[in-house]
Amino acid sequence: MNHRYDAVIVGAGGAGLMAALNLCRSARVAVISKLYPARSHTGAAQGGIGAALGNQEEDHWQWHMFDTVKGSDYLADQDAAEILCREAIETVYELEHWGLPFSRTADGRIAQRTFGGHTRDCGKASVRRSCYSADRTGHMILQTLYQQCIQNHIDFYNEFFLLDLLVHEGRSVGVVAISLATGEIHVFHAKAVLLATGGCGRVFSITSNAHAVTGDGMAAALRAGLPLEDMEFYQFHPTGICKLGILLSEAARGEGGVLRNRDGERFMEQYAPTLQDLAPRDMVARAMVREIRAGRGIDGRDFLHLDLTHLGAEAIESKLPDISGFVRTYLGIDPVKEPIPVQPTAHYMMGGIPTDVQARVVIDPQNTVLPGLYAAGECACVSVHGGNRLGTNSLVDILVFGRRGARHAAQFVADSQWPALPPGIEDGPRQRIEKLRTATGQERPAAVLRDLQQMMMHNVAIFRTAAELVAARDALGGLRQRYRQIYLDDHGVIYNTELLLALELGGLLDLAEVIVHSALAREESRGAHFREDFPQRDDANWLKHTLARLGLDGGVQREYKAVVITQFPPQERKY
Amino acid sequence: MRVTLRIQRFNPEKDQQPWWGEYAAEVEPDERLLDALYYVKSYVDGTLTFRHSCVHGVCGSDAMRINGRNTLACQVLVKNLGPTITIEPLPGLRVVKDLLVDMERFFELYQSIHPYFISYSPPPEKERLQTPRDRLRFDDTTRCILCACCTSSCPSYWANPDYVGPAAIVNAHRFVFDSRDEGAYERLEILGSRDGVWRCRTIFNCVEACPRNIQITRAITEVKNALMARRV
Repeated sequence: MNHRYDAVIVGAGGAGLMAALNLCRSARVAVISKLYPARSHTGAAQGGIGAALGNQEEDHWQWHMFDTVKGSDYLADQDAAEILCREAIETVYELEHWGLPFSRTADGRIAQRTFGGHTRDCGKASVRRSCYSADRTGHMILQTLYQQCIQNHIDFYNEFFLLDLLVHEGRSVGVVAISLATGEIHVFHAKAVLLATGGCGRVFSITSNAHAVTGDGMAAALRAGLPLEDMEFYQFHPTGICKLGILLSEAARGEGGVLRNRDGERFMEQYAPTLQDLAPRDMVARAMVREIRAGRGIDGRDFLHLDLTHLGAEAIESKLPDISGFVRTYLGIDPVKEPIPVQPTAHYMMGGIPTDVQARVVIDPQNTVLPGLYAAGECACVSVHGGNRLGTNSLVDILVFGRRGARHAAQFVADSQWPALPPGIEDGPRQRIEKLRTATGQERPAAVLRDLQQMMMHNVAIFRTAAELVAARDALGGLRQRYRQIYLDDHGVIYNTELLLALELGGLLDLAEVIVHSALAREESRGAHFREDFPQRDDANWLKHTLARLGLDGGVQREYKAVVITQFPPQERKY
Repeated sequence: MRVTLRIQRFNPEKDQQPWWGEYAAEVEPDERLLDALYYVKSYVDGTLTFRHSCVHGVCGSDAMRINGRNTLACQVLVKNLGPTITIEPLPGLRVVKDLLVDMERFFELYQSIHPYFISYSPPPEKERLQTPRDRLRFDDTTRCILCACCTSSCPSYWANPDYVGPAAIVNAHRFVFDSRDEGAYERLEILGSRDGVWRCRTIFNCVEACPRNIQITRAITEVKNALMARRV
């Protein structure tokens, strides 16, 4: 089936819905999502959205920008970081005007709490910058945006999975997707396409990310021959529930919770004397692994304690109700009375599809634009997060750049002619689907996925070495071989979710390839990318963005792109 | 531990009638039922079909009937469900395939109550003010994840599929009692109609079913009271 829209948005999380709302008044828009609305992973964000409102103490967007750049280990593009922090403020007010139920201060303003790496006056102390709605801020953002989409009668294609980007004669002309409900292939012919497909946490075995977070948009970009930027920078969140990986928000530490080792020591005092437990995530996650390696995990095991017991029942129930519910449900522990077993969990991809500050996709170190294609949110790399994202900045990112992409796309749609859609352009994806659906090899896709996730967790997580990365590269060869020999039990067309899994797995294998190659090449330690064999940051050689694409032979080709530095020259990063 | 999953199966491309499949699964006691279902799908029968995503009770995808009770498969632990676990699709909604039901009607009913912020006054430059007390007034109903556990557990909904159902009323409550919202009367008009709140017979199934522990019947009663008092 064929459709024609001025603009097609892929993904219905915060970035996609924000884009839809900013496009719908001037263009015919469709939103494609592989989930039902309001199921997207934005809804799992907990602790807040950062903006220098200054509601509870003095704050300035310049301080926010400094923290973002320093938090990124100076890899963020500072023009983009400036836009992020300036526009964060109006964005939060816009959400409030759309009815978002923020928690409130005693005088009725939006309440703000402290968060990792966010400081007063460029590093003096923690600052209250995270605007929150208890510990379900992402849920409230997703609900509010979806509600606005209902009011604006946006066309949704729910449970449609992106198969391929359609790029013809150097411009984006649409996308091909499959309806999960019917198995039918749909071609969306569009002047503008905005990808808002989220991250790829499911490439790791222990992750805070939903099953659906499989990097589909990034993988589609790779298949279209586009590069991905800075894919070696993957964030592990310090406080995942032990073994399960379920996120326990940094807000727990923002509200006064502390991490302790087996001796009950507040070990972050040694690693980050000023900010302590509210140091940025890359540093806290590394400190935790160091404690565990030194035998100071709880009972000498591979987890530590997040201690909230001194906060009191009232604060825990009113400010952290959801995460205390998770702890009770999944661990059978009352966080009011007992410390919580935690370990780092794969959380956020800093890298992604390279874009400029209008969210236009760029394809080389000279920032050449691919006309008609946009990307925003976790699937994109602007880059505002550089080597390490600060907590609360992902929610700012999705909204600020979802909106900027939409505004630019609205103009682009008005100014441009309909691109030609060559007949048969969907034949490739259709054949890929048919081949997978009827595959009769010896490997179950779920088994290959499980082994990929465990391999990545083992070799490509918080601490990395050349030996481990080479092992990962070799293991990927074997996993790809197995992927070519998969079979499905389900040969049907109606809701073939096994086929969906196989499609997602194909994309994750491509992404893992790019992550591993980018990490192996970067012989320094910066932000979340820590090489034990190159433990120092090396600005002379590595203050640059990686651009990596898949070659026709299956290999990875790399180029590098300069970092934009405007106000803050790189300094040593201490907290 | 070893458990047996009794799962209601239906493949629209093959089956005339639903049937029961039994699957043995080796699971850790602390695992979620969703993990057990995922195990069966991954390694025993790849055709088993259900929705799932966040795996920790916030996205609302994996609502189903487990041992006779509507809940989320990712929010119940296997050790609390006994050696044989019976799993069915949500009742009251059309079964599409196995545990996956048609959600279209549920979302139509949700949309019918105008679930979006309505204000006729221009917004201030910064935020609208709202006291913590006013904010608390509708806090409970902001937590709904639209999983459909409540509406599909409601005998009044089973009897009359035009009844807007508890989930839609919960979401109306979220706005009706928000001090900033100015759409209360248009929503109350919808909720006061024949298929609105008066179809609720305070059976409390919805409260039992809600995985977010929202006090749904209380919210519905507050809407009824507002209708009778003609003010919120």
